[in-house]
Amino acid sequence: MSHVIRWLATLSLALGLAGCQTVQGVGTRIDRALDKVMGSKGQRLDPWESWNRKVFAFNDKVDENVLKPIATAYSEIVPSPVRTGIDNFFGNIGDAWSAVNLMLQGRFKAGVEQGMRFAVNSTLGLAGVLDIATEAGLEKNSQDFGKTLGKWGMGTGAYIVWPLFGPSSVRDSLALPVDWQASPGVLFDDGRKKVGITALSLVNTRANFLRAGEMLEGIALDKYTFYRDAYLQRRGSFDDEGDDEVEVLVPGNGAAAGQAAAAPASAASATPASAAPVATVKKPAEPASAATR
Amino acid sequence: MTLLTSLRRLLAVATLGLGLVHAAHAADASAPDLLIRQLSLETIEAVKADKDIQSGNISKIIALVDAKVMPHINFTRMTSSAVGRFWRQATPDQQAKLQAEFKTLLVRTYAGALTQVKDQTIGMKPLRAQPTDTEVVVRTEIRGKGDAIQLDYRLEKAGAEWKIYDVNVLGIWLADQYRNSFAQEIGANGIDGLIKSLADKNAKAAAPAAKG
Repeated sequence: MSHVIRWLATLSLALGLAGCQTVQGVGTRIDRALDKVMGSKGQRLDPWESWNRKVFAFNDKVDENVLKPIATAYSEIVPSPVRTGIDNFFGNIGDAWSAVNLMLQGRFKAGVEQGMRFAVNSTLGLAGVLDIATEAGLEKNSQDFGKTLGKWGMGTGAYIVWPLFGPSSVRDSLALPVDWQASPGVLFDDGRKKVGITALSLVNTRANFLRAGEMLEGIALDKYTFYRDAYLQRRGSFDDEGDDEVEVLVPGNGAAAGQAAAAPASAASATPASAAPVATVKKPAEPASAATR
Repeated sequence: MTLLTSLRRLLAVATLGLGLVHAAHAADASAPDLLIRQLSLETIEAVKADKDIQSGNISKIIALVDAKVMPHINFTRMTSSAVGRFWRQATPDQQAKLQAEFKTLLVRTYAGALTQVKDQTIGMKPLRAQPTDTEVVVRTEIRGKGDAIQLDYRLEKAGAEWKIYDVNVLGIWLADQYRNSFAQEIGANGIDGLIKSLADKNAKAAAPAAKG
């Protein structure tokens, strides 16, 4: 009996060890494969890369053959003040939605500010065509429901490229139907006007991006990877709430301004230091990105 | 569409990031926020004052960057961070080439972006750092039309001076932004492959850049 038990024990130990080794072997191999194919962390967020690349290429073709030519014509034909007005109009609708999202995120002060922007521009700014609020010192602060979900603690999830809609993530895809409820198109219940205004909004966005798009072609080694990494980094970062007090620098009198500014600057840096004199951390005050998961 | 807007802004302001800084020899590098403050102010002024920069005169911009900005950037660290773990596998010669091509790539980005700078002002956010820190993040934002554009700098203390080693535009750290692209290229064609593809990109862009 004890013989059998000892034999079994030995066997299971041997199997266990072998198992471990196999698992370890496979593990290293997978690791190496991952390293080789994937390079680094960001890419593990892209499990559907081969599919995404196909959709991205498709979108690129559509853009090249349809959207970009239309946007180019639009920016050449429509006078700049008109285009600015149209851009402001769409921006204003976005502000209302930003205000709602800021509230949902619990950033009430910023939420009220965006609400004010919307109120001012919708009335004095002639339904948003003029952006008076910015001149009055109410800075724009765009938010959407995807950001709100992120703020609530949801990670971006895997990267997805949707046909026509373009880059997204699992989280932002979940948010998309909600965000659509606040898109300019919903202002109109007439189907044709809906389509018209949505198309105009699309052309407006693309037109704003014309020059930058050409530059991007020149600096991205692989356009797909570049767009993806920019998207994931951008959507995953939460820029310290943005509700800090901001001191606006006034250019104009060159070195004099720099000198004058010197005193408050060192005062500003001294204040938090004396308030919290501990910590000799050798790390950036702001860890790389609070959002890196 | 958010991404398009983001990228457009990224380009529009990356410029101000490492800053095409005029007269930066006067910049005081003894405190990180002071350095950024002065570089920012001088950048805005230089861009607004110089028609050549606004129209994207790339050789002029490169000369400016070399003379004024580079002294305040630890470009070796920035490049090695973008190249990641492959950096140590590179020979000194390869490292130098990588650094040169990466620099050209970034400067080209700024050159293009500079043409988009108009009525922006810069806002400084409070510095959250201890006097003993040797690495800090200085947070600023560009204010103009539309959303304020987040623009943060990572600085390290090198001796008595502070040096920039990464820039964050709109939540995107530039070294991180290139890490996957670089790794992908090195994975496929090795370090020399990456150097070559960077050089090709730069050479290709050098021609049409003239027309702005």
